[in-house]
Parts: sequence; C-alpha cells; structure tokens
Amino acid sequence: MTNETIEQRLNRAYSAGFESAVDADTFPPGLTADVVRAISARKNEPGWLTDWRLKAFAAWQAMPTPDWAHLHFPPVDFQAISYFSAPRSQADGPRSLDEVDPELLRTYEKLGIPLHERAALAGVVGAEPGTSSNIAVDAVFDSVSITTTFKDKLAEAGVIFCPLSEAVHTHPELVQKYLGSVVPQRDNFYAALNSAVFSDGSFVYIPPDTRCPMELSTYFRINARNTGQFERTLIIADRGAYVSYLEGCTAPMRDENQLHAAVVELVALEDASIKYSTVQNWYPGDAEGRGGIYNFVTKRGTCLGKRARISWTQVETGSAITWKYPSVVLRGDDSVGEFYSVALTNNRQQADTGTKMIHLGRNTRSTIVSKGISAGRSQNSYRGLVRVSPTAAGARNHTQCDSLLLGSQCGAHTFPYIEAANSSATVEHEATTTRVSDDQLFLCAQRGIDAEKAVSMIVNGFCREVFRELPMEFAVEAGKLLEVSLEGAVG
Amino acid sequence: MSLIVIDNLQASVNGKPILKGLTLTIEPGTVHAIMGPNGSGKSTLSHVLAGKPGYEVTGGSVRFKGRDLLAMAPEERACAGLFLAFQYPVEIPGVSNMEFLRAAAEAQAKARGETPPPAIDMMRRLREIATELGLHTDFLKRGVNEGFSGGEKKRNEILQMTFLRPALSILDETDSGLDIDALRIVGDGVTRFLRDNPTHGVLLITHYQRLLNHIVPDVVHVLTDGRIIETGDRSLALRLEEQGYVGLVDRT
Repeated sequence: MTNETIEQRLNRAYSAGFESAVDADTFPPGLTADVVRAISARKNEPGWLTDWRLKAFAAWQAMPTPDWAHLHFPPVDFQAISYFSAPRSQADGPRSLDEVDPELLRTYEKLGIPLHERAALAGVVGAEPGTSSNIAVDAVFDSVSITTTFKDKLAEAGVIFCPLSEAVHTHPELVQKYLGSVVPQRDNFYAALNSAVFSDGSFVYIPPDTRCPMELSTYFRINARNTGQFERTLIIADRGAYVSYLEGCTAPMRDENQLHAAVVELVALEDASIKYSTVQNWYPGDAEGRGGIYNFVTKRGTCLGKRARISWTQVETGSAITWKYPSVVLRGDDSVGEFYSVALTNNRQQADTGTKMIHLGRNTRSTIVSKGISAGRSQNSYRGLVRVSPTAAGARNHTQCDSLLLGSQCGAHTFPYIEAANSSATVEHEATTTRVSDDQLFLCAQRGIDAEKAVSMIVNGFCREVFRELPMEFAVEAGKLLEVSLEGAVG
Repeated sequence: MSLIVIDNLQASVNGKPILKGLTLTIEPGTVHAIMGPNGSGKSTLSHVLAGKPGYEVTGGSVRFKGRDLLAMAPEERACAGLFLAFQYPVEIPGVSNMEFLRAAAEAQAKARGETPPPAIDMMRRLREIATELGLHTDFLKRGVNEGFSGGEKKRNEILQMTFLRPALSILDETDSGLDIDALRIVGDGVTRFLRDNPTHGVLLITHYQRLLNHIVPDVVHVLTDGRIIETGDRSLALRLEEQGYVGLVDRT
C-alpha cells in the first residue's frame, strides 16, 4: 500500500469537531482559593465539601506537575483556564430534534446513544426519554450535567443514577463516605486539581443483590473555549450488585489545547461486579499536532469485598495527549481486576496509557490485555504496574501487551513494572510488536479487498480480544471509530 | 475467447531479469501445468500475473478475458476472476476466515456490479466446502491461517478458490509440504471445482509429477531460465520424472 492512500485516509476530518453556540455562564480564567469557593457556592455545596475542595487545592499548589511519562508538550498555564462553564438556560433550548445541530445528533448516534435518548440529551424542551431502549444516559456538557434519562425506571430497581452535584444533596451519606476513598485528594497532581475544582459527573449506586436493569452511560462533551473539564464520577456497587457503565467523549476542533482532568472512582463491595467501558474520542488535534485535548485522567477502582470484580475496557482514539491508567486495587480475597485496552494514535498524537493492578488480598487475580496501534508520527506507550504485596498469597496476573505499527515514523513503547513480594504469586507478561505487512495487504488485494478495507479489517482483528469485552452495540461503534481514526496508515 | 494470453512476457526483480519472453495461452475449461527447476521463474510468473508489488514488467503483454491485465490493480485482477493460491499463505490474526471471505466475496460482487449473496447463504456454502475438504467447520471461525498447519493452509487456499469461483486459478506449488492424504484431498477439491465450473481454467505450478496424478492436466509446459522450452501432454510430465530437468534441458 502506498503512502498516498495512507495519507488520504489519515486526513479524513474529525467528525465531532463542531462547536455549539450556547449562551454560557463562564468564570474568568484563573485559579485561586476564592475560585474554588465560588464553584462550591455556585453548586450550593455543604461546608464539608467546600473544605474538602480547599484541602485538595492546598495540596495541589504544593505539587509539581508529573514529568515521568513518555510525553512531550509545553507546560500548561493553569491560570489561563476557566474552571467553570455552564449553559445559561436550558429553557432556551431547541424545541424539537429538527432545531438541534445535526452534527450533535450524529455525534450521539456515533456514540451509540439510542435515538429516543438523543432528544433528551440534546436538551430538547419537553422531550421525554423513550421506553424502548435499555441504556440510561447522563450527559455532561462542559461543567454541568445536562440531563439524566430513565431515572424513574432505575429508581424502581433502587438504582441511583444522577449528577454527582445532585447526589451531594440527595445522598450525602454515600457521597461523603466514598468520595476520595479510592482516589484521595492528594493522589497525584491532576487528581488534586480535579478534587479542588471538579464540576460535575455521574453518581451511581447499585443496592445489594441488584443487577442494574440497563446499561448506564455518560456522555462528556467539552464545548466552551479555554475551558477545562474536570468531571468526577463515583460508582458504588453494593454487596452482590452488578452494573455495566459506558463513557463517551467528544470535543470541538480548536487550535489551542484544552485540558481534561477527570477522576473516576469505583467501589465494589463483596461479590459485586462493575464493568466500566470507555470510548474516548476527544479531538486529537490536526495533522500537524495543533490543538487537541490534553487528557489527564485518574481512574481507579477498589475491590473492597471478597470476590468483587472490576473490569475496565477502554478504546482510546482521541486526545492530543493521553495520560491515563485505569487501575484496580484488589483488597478483598479472591477479587478480580481486568483491564482491556485499545489505544490508537495517529498523526502527532501521544499516548502514555496502561493500568495498575495492586494485589493485596489472597488469591486475587488480574488480567491485562493492551493493544496499542501507532500510525503517522505518533508515539504510543503502554505503562503498567503489577504489584503483589506480601499479603497477597496465591495472587495471579497475566499481562498481554501487543503493539501494531502502521508506517515507519511512529513509535510503540512498553514500560511494564512488576513488583512481586509474595513467593506464591504467579505473574506472566507477554509482549509482541508487529507491523501490518505488505504480504497481508497483498493477500487481501488478491482476494479483491482494497487496501483501506484491508487495513481496517486487520486492525479490527488485532483488537478483537478487547472489542469482545465491550457491550455489543458499542463494539460495532468502536470498530467504526477505529476505522475513521486510522484513515490510511500503512507505509 | 481465450482465458489468458501471455505474449513474450519479460519481468525483473531488483533489476535482474527472471522471465525472458514467456508465451502461453490458456483456453476456458483447460488445466495447464508448468513444471521447472528451482529458480526457473515459476513463482515470479504467478506473482507478476497477480500483480504483487516488487516485480517490474519489462516487456510483453498479458490479456485476461480480453482485458489488459498488467494495467489493472491487484484487487481489480482478483475481482475480474484471477485467483492465486499462495505457496506460503500469510496469517491475519484475529480476522476469521469467514469474515475474510465474506469481505472478499462482497468486494468482488460490488466490483462486478452484482448483489452479494446473503451472509447466511455464504456461511452455508462455506461449511459445505470446508466439509468436502475434510476441514472442521470451526476452521471458518479461526483467524486467517492463524496457527494453521502447512496442510491446513494449503487446503484453506483451495477452500477460498472454491468459494470465490475464479475464472482462472493459479496454484503456486500447492502440493509442496503436503502428505499423501492431504495431496489427494487437495487434488479431489480442484477436480471437483473444475467439474462444477467447466469453463474455468487452472494453471498448476509444480516441481513434481505426483500432483498431476490427482489433477490431470490438458497441457504440460517446461519452464527453464524464464522461458517455456517444451510443451506437451501429460506424458511430458512422466518423461520429466524419469529423466529430470537436466536431461530435458541437455536435449533441447
């Protein structure tokens, strides 16, 4: 396949890159303790939460920005960013789907959000969520949660699914108990920043022995200019509960970089199971690396109880820079942690992503499957830690880390860290690096399949093990997204 | 109309001439065998006809079903009905045989302006073909050639050929690395294909006469040093086996 075809495919436009003209209430740029107080006041938060934020802010001020990742970018001016932006009025919203930006609707469609939900998501006045779908959606537009669908049906099952800002008022005991219990305020630079200024996000609680009756989903979108997005998600699965949760993200195309520093905390009690899937399609910047989202995210789950299970599945195709390590702390005996990842970088994108599996309980098990695809001039790094503490007798880990290179100017890197402090532990690490070969492309061509289709088929095949972990409807979307993101990358 | 007319074909690899004026015509419904020693240009011929990058055609012409084959992209040649059974089939991990062949059938149907058959029909046919070739139907769910034994890979090529029904199939040393039983299965598969598709043609490229016990050729050619030096019927292959290429080359 020639570089020409590759270039053509690579240059297909980012389809979620539109900007929505929404009248917004936006704070002036800059971050001080007063700004933190103002955010808290705007949300009518109780005193304990204001103090919690201020403590995080104080910690953040004393922290250096992390520089250990295999990422290169100019320093971020944290005083040039606005830390709060909200659409001024939802009553002024569109009256019907016809008035909604069709691009926005297409984005929802691409994310696999069911049609009935799109009207409600797009803020159509009076739109009621449909009843035929089995996915409940929460949408976070810049700093605030716009709408949460299917609340009633979920309430019947005892499931709480609402914006975190609402849960602070309606379920303060749960929020106060678990907020920061997995990712403490001073965990790292970006987590501390998030703790100080977090805007909104989703809150989920599944009561004991309850299987959440539908998929839960949050859709994040950055719209306003010079705004950071700092959402915070907290999911608690009580004893014997099960939930599957999907997160999708997009942002407009802009020349300047935008900051996204989110925190996700998962808590799984005894016999509980949480499946968290992400399809991340933040704007990746243009072919020369101008613009794009800086995605600095801390995601972690704790298997608090025995036999708990937390599974992360991520498909990362967007962002100029990705710094993200969804992790599991395996505290309960016999608990299970899983990480399935596809990270695709193209053009000048940089990704440093992977996971941490911290084995504390006995007979805890973890599985890591990482598929990195590098194209263009991108740099794609897997960074993973498997730590077996002295208490984790019989712990097992299996890591499989595969890289696929398309073209000759990209880089794939693997940084596995293994710390085993218990002699009964079994830790396995397998890694491969392959290229889409000319012979594979010729075999496809000889059977009538053109290069574009062949590359997408080969890449999808490479990602199969991970896509299998996604909820069915999103697996198809993920495949398509990969195809669009790749746009012709073989040399 | 002849299926393929190769006229005075000359081709080089890295500037080194390999084919030095090869002329060959295949009529519909006939089986041709090309035999020749190592380095005579047998595989180069198959690759040049299929359009594999890295080969430079320096002279001559090839007309395939009346069209200028050498002007067509590899996938166009495939869609026009030219099939190459690879000597060393490559793996495509994670892409199932079924998915691969469906993509191929759909691409070929589209190129011909036809509607591809429904997926369910394709699956049924593929299962039938697999069974005929002594392959378990699970075989269709496995990645293309992924972890296949040498014999399975070759049988997979015949499966693809049977499914795609090309007008002209070039079998590039499909017999190499096969044991006696596998050879018989492959031979029977090709024979069955020709019986079901009586106007199609096959070009067998082989070192050995033994494949020709299973697939009876109408015409046998001997290729040495990039040229066909002798053409005859089946008895030529038997004579070759007795005398060797050296004997034949010395005599001519």
